[in-house]
Amino acid sequence: MAEQPAIEPMHQFMIHKIVQGPVFNVGGLTVDMSITNSVASMIAGAIILMAFLALTARGQIVPNRGQALAEALYNIVDRVLVTPIVGHGGKPYIPYLFTLFMTILTLNLMGVLLAVGNLGGLSLTFTVTSQLAVTATLAVLTFFSVFILGFVKHGPKFVSLFWVPGMGIVGGALMVIIEMISYFVRPITLAMRLFGNMLGGHVVMSLFGSFVVALGLVGLSGGIASLALIPSALSFGMIVALTGLELVVAVLQAFVFTALATVYLNEVVNFGHGH
Amino acid sequence: MEAEAAKLIGAGLATSGMIGAGIGLGNLFGQYLQAAIRNPSAAASQQTMLFLGMALTETMGLFAFVISLIILFA
Repeated sequence: MAEQPAIEPMHQFMIHKIVQGPVFNVGGLTVDMSITNSVASMIAGAIILMAFLALTARGQIVPNRGQALAEALYNIVDRVLVTPIVGHGGKPYIPYLFTLFMTILTLNLMGVLLAVGNLGGLSLTFTVTSQLAVTATLAVLTFFSVFILGFVKHGPKFVSLFWVPGMGIVGGALMVIIEMISYFVRPITLAMRLFGNMLGGHVVMSLFGSFVVALGLVGLSGGIASLALIPSALSFGMIVALTGLELVVAVLQAFVFTALATVYLNEVVNFGHGH
Repeated sequence: MEAEAAKLIGAGLATSGMIGAGIGLGNLFGQYLQAAIRNPSAAASQQTMLFLGMALTETMGLFAFVISLIILFA
């Protein structure tokens, strides 16, 4: 029987340094500014996104395809998310929400579509949003921006966000604790949602890819083992289906992250009264 | 029992958290479909909330999956 390669779905998430950068110490914390494959993917994503927006930001009355796509994406943030959820008070925050949406969308789609694979040992495919550090950064940035905005806009009485009226003193105090826990768990859930979706999708795709290779190797060793080519082909079909699902999940997770950021923003912008 | 065996059993048991996510998602989409067939013109306006609710429910199943991976690989 042929040599079986080990099935290791988690190897695609390992970070390698490409270019060694300066290492310095900031108050006991070592900051290593090397270019890793994660950083390279982020730079590539930023270049792709900026090129797309630079090429399609036209003002034509009859838009061409690029402009129509950019306008559709902008309308998702403006007309589907911000205006129904927040109302007119949300207009100043559309730039940040649109940037957030396009960043997550680009990074997610790069992980699914730019699956170039190994090129002379250097893996060119890396899903940036499958790193918890990246999604945690986005989640913490969004959450604390909204939280501090609440204090900036409404002053110290913003803490009445946690007070549930009509429960008495003891019940109210208990509810304040519960409300605070469920409020401050939000950045964790935001980070984990995006991270888990991207990680799970890529782990499963890698596993089915390993099945294709392993079963194929068994099947090619001839004789009755050629039956193993059937599940190998089925696994390949499964990868096709999973890639389709991954495309849907990539767009959906970008949408949901932005939608939740909009909902959290609404609590701050329309604090104390409906719109 | 060795730690390696316990890890494998724990990782398998942890994925049983996805049962709840499956029930929740089926419930959500089923109710949406039922309401959409009764009132088709109002169905499109709630599609945003449908996808939002779907992603929030899916998150719970994902937490179970991520914990299972953590048990298995860390």
